[in-house]
Amino acid sequence: MDTAQLLDSDSIIADGDGHEQYLTFMLAGEEYGVDILRVQEIKGWDSATRIPNTPDYVQGVINLRGTIVPIIDLRMRFNLEKLEYGPTTVVVVLKVSSTSKNRTMGIVVDGVSDVYSISADELKSAPEFGDEINAEFVKGLATIDEKMVIMLDIDKLLNSRELNVLDSVASEK
Amino acid sequence: MAKILAVDDSASMRQMVAFTLKSAGHEVVEAVDGKNALDIAKKQSFNLVITDVNMPNMDGLTLTKELRGLANFKFTPILILTTEAGGDKKVQGKAAGATGWLVKPFNPEQLLSTIKRVLG
Amino acid sequence: MSIDLSQFKQTFIEESLEGLDIMESSLLNLDVGEADPEVINTIFRAAHSIKGGSGTFGFNDIASFTHVLETLLDQMRAGERDVTTPAIEALLASVDCLRDMINALQDEGSYDEERVASVQKELEKMLDNEASNSQTTESAATIAPPEDELPTATGWLIKFSPHPDMLRTGNDPVLMFRELEGLGSLEVKADIEALPGFEDHLAEDAYLSWEIKLTTDATEDQVQEIFSWVDDECDLEITAIRPDIEPAAVVETAAQVVEEVKETAPQKEPPVAKKPAAKRSAKSTEATSIRVGTDKVDALINLVGELVITQSMLSQLGEEFDMSKLEKLRNGLAQLERNTREMQENVLRIRMLPISFSFNRFPRLVHDLTQKMGKKVSLKMSGEQTELDKTVMEKIGDPLVHLVRNALDHGIESPEDRIAAGKDPVGTLQLNAYHKGGNIIIEISDDGAGINKQRVLEKAVQSGIINSPSDITEDAQIFDLIFAPGFSTADVVSDVSGRGVGMDVVKKNIKALGGGIEIASREGVGSTFSIRLPLTLAILDGQLVRVGEEVYIIPLISIVESLQITKQAVNRLAGRAEVYRLRDDYISIIRLYNLFGSKPDSTDLEKGLLVVVEGDGQKVGLFVDDLLGQQQVVIKSLESNFKQVEGVSGATILGDGTVALIMDIGGLIDLSNSAQKKFSDGAVA
Repeated sequence: MDTAQLLDSDSIIADGDGHEQYLTFMLAGEEYGVDILRVQEIKGWDSATRIPNTPDYVQGVINLRGTIVPIIDLRMRFNLEKLEYGPTTVVVVLKVSSTSKNRTMGIVVDGVSDVYSISADELKSAPEFGDEINAEFVKGLATIDEKMVIMLDIDKLLNSRELNVLDSVASEK
Repeated sequence: MAKILAVDDSASMRQMVAFTLKSAGHEVVEAVDGKNALDIAKKQSFNLVITDVNMPNMDGLTLTKELRGLANFKFTPILILTTEAGGDKKVQGKAAGATGWLVKPFNPEQLLSTIKRVLG
Repeated sequence: MSIDLSQFKQTFIEESLEGLDIMESSLLNLDVGEADPEVINTIFRAAHSIKGGSGTFGFNDIASFTHVLETLLDQMRAGERDVTTPAIEALLASVDCLRDMINALQDEGSYDEERVASVQKELEKMLDNEASNSQTTESAATIAPPEDELPTATGWLIKFSPHPDMLRTGNDPVLMFRELEGLGSLEVKADIEALPGFEDHLAEDAYLSWEIKLTTDATEDQVQEIFSWVDDECDLEITAIRPDIEPAAVVETAAQVVEEVKETAPQKEPPVAKKPAAKRSAKSTEATSIRVGTDKVDALINLVGELVITQSMLSQLGEEFDMSKLEKLRNGLAQLERNTREMQENVLRIRMLPISFSFNRFPRLVHDLTQKMGKKVSLKMSGEQTELDKTVMEKIGDPLVHLVRNALDHGIESPEDRIAAGKDPVGTLQLNAYHKGGNIIIEISDDGAGINKQRVLEKAVQSGIINSPSDITEDAQIFDLIFAPGFSTADVVSDVSGRGVGMDVVKKNIKALGGGIEIASREGVGSTFSIRLPLTLAILDGQLVRVGEEVYIIPLISIVESLQITKQAVNRLAGRAEVYRLRDDYISIIRLYNLFGSKPDSTDLEKGLLVVVEGDGQKVGLFVDDLLGQQQVVIKSLESNFKQVEGVSGATILGDGTVALIMDIGGLIDLSNSAQKKFSDGAVA
């Protein structure tokens, strides 16, 4: 996927009965989903400029039409096995909000999968995941066609201390 | 529709007057003070002049007097915007050659109904 | 048609704040006793505009407050009231009130209503003391005209005889009749008796008069209103047509009626339907805007025009390109580059404002502070037209205020002390601004006591900043102590400058803007604080350097020199920290790849280059693989989507679209120092 594919979030209308749409993507054989209204665009992987003294999963920053956008490798974030970036590797650019501001960030995933409409009561709360994925980042689990999809809370995932606060790096190292 | 020269040193008032007149379909030229207005008036004619009184460089009364001295403004309606209701500004305005006045504060509706009197 | 007045609110707010600034500075310029009428007029005009606008746009609290102010100023303008010190102080206080009220309007917040009420009361008291005739006219106008006890009129008989010159004021009888027609049905009889013979006829004069019978249920006021603009330029009789009274009988009393009409002539305009305050939207939009001179906009439009021409020339060239046109292409590209550069410069100029926007507050500040301190100070300002970026200006405001407070509090002595020292009892505070290179220099000078070096040293020892006064000998270094955290020379924490914010914060803020501050001072003669600031925060001249495959940008302004390293000049301190002998100096070597965790071409110092940079008054050498080009880069924020990164001040986008990080030399030195410290601590442990 070479050209950026813009998703017009306005054209996606919630169907009014509490259903929300999720964009799902693959990561080490598992399917994950994010709220589609937060997805700004999906683009092919291109090189990023490394930022010194940041955690490994921060791939660096890219130029997204003039703004500097940080890219997070989600495999590394979840301590999954590193995968060489290939032609299907994509960056999902997300709108992340926190109490203080709204930010644009990209996540590197193995490939995008599908768009599902899921109602809130289809979303089951997550059990403990162990070390790989902090349960805090998980909004819930949904079963679609007998498959489990992990719905992520991107605000919690991408507003963690490491990605926000200045001195965390120095104190971690 | 009429071509109107709107003169006011206050940008917000000028915008309001111009916007209201344009919304009513008139053509509006804006000037920031009397001097500016006079320069413009020397180059083109208007169907109506609406001017504030108190302005730097040249006030509205002097502007009115100067305009009446120009051949193409001899009979052009000139309205002055004044805050002193019934005060001496009206008398001075008339003496300077103003057609009439509009008392501040006024709203867009009042502005339009007033200019109707001079534009028909 | 309904027009939403709230769309003019922002303009009103901006012009009102500007007007208040003008009022304030003019008030400070007013000489008690013999006030310049032009200055008073300027003040009056500003108040007048605010009143007119606030009334029109429905900000009634502001309008009623300004009304009192305006009346007072109008009396001063007419010479009916003396310009006294208490009057000026009261007017200044009202400027403050208005500023609060307008700021509250902007933020959709609230203001101190009690204070406004008390200032308003004070102004009203002043007005009452010397009740002028303006009040009597007002009360006269409110006297109700005698109630008509006659039966309701079914219409009006109007005798209208324009004076010969009525047409010269642009009034047209036809339009008046048309307006009358709007009230009811008309019967018009023209009287042509006054019409002269053809040879005496003047086209510009009015000769006709009319008798009009208007059948309507409209009131006399409504009829009168139509003629209100011409009541001095015509003879007008309006008599009621009543069911039981013959019109003819009324005509006899015409003379009397004219009298009546004249008395009540200046009609009160119908009360203005006050619109409710502009709809308050839920969110306070932080709509800051810049007023840009039309010359700047015009210059941009011209440049865009050139750009369009260049673009079309290039695209035409591209359509039918062959190698014979290479030279043309080159020229075209060079032209494009020139257009782009000029465009960039001009766009940046839009953000530039004269520093007078920042200086303007000082006359008031100095006035208030010196009154409080019992000092006499004359403020001189120069270079107010020097331009700098709006953002820089906003951020330098507080540090400047701090320095001015300091100069007044600690610098300039009391009049008694000054006389004792053989000086003019009136001290001088000078603010000066000018451009130098790519920087703006702002100087704050006073002719006060100067900095007492001995006391600074003592204080520094007391506060534990230095161990012994003999540690430091050079003046510049002594003065620098003032900026150390925890330093304060004020023996008594005064209301004026002892506010818990030290000079260290001033220096920090200036440094955060990429600038610096220096002090020159002589005891007994005075002090000068010089602030150096970049003209803009948006663009920087950068040196591109390469470490392995990574490209970084060093601000050109912090580079002292670049050199090839000779091994003989490298020494190791304590076996680890490397220093380089640069002529008579020793500077630390920072291996950038270590600090940033990059993979360099080589770790051999002789194979790379040393870029000597200065930051925080400290010189260090950055070891890099190679120097690339120099270029102007547009600074982009890393923080807006990510976070602040130590040693990095921002990022930029290079010609090939990739991102390069811009180094923050001060931060880099700190980072290196803490890394060294960790290392040596680790070594000890």
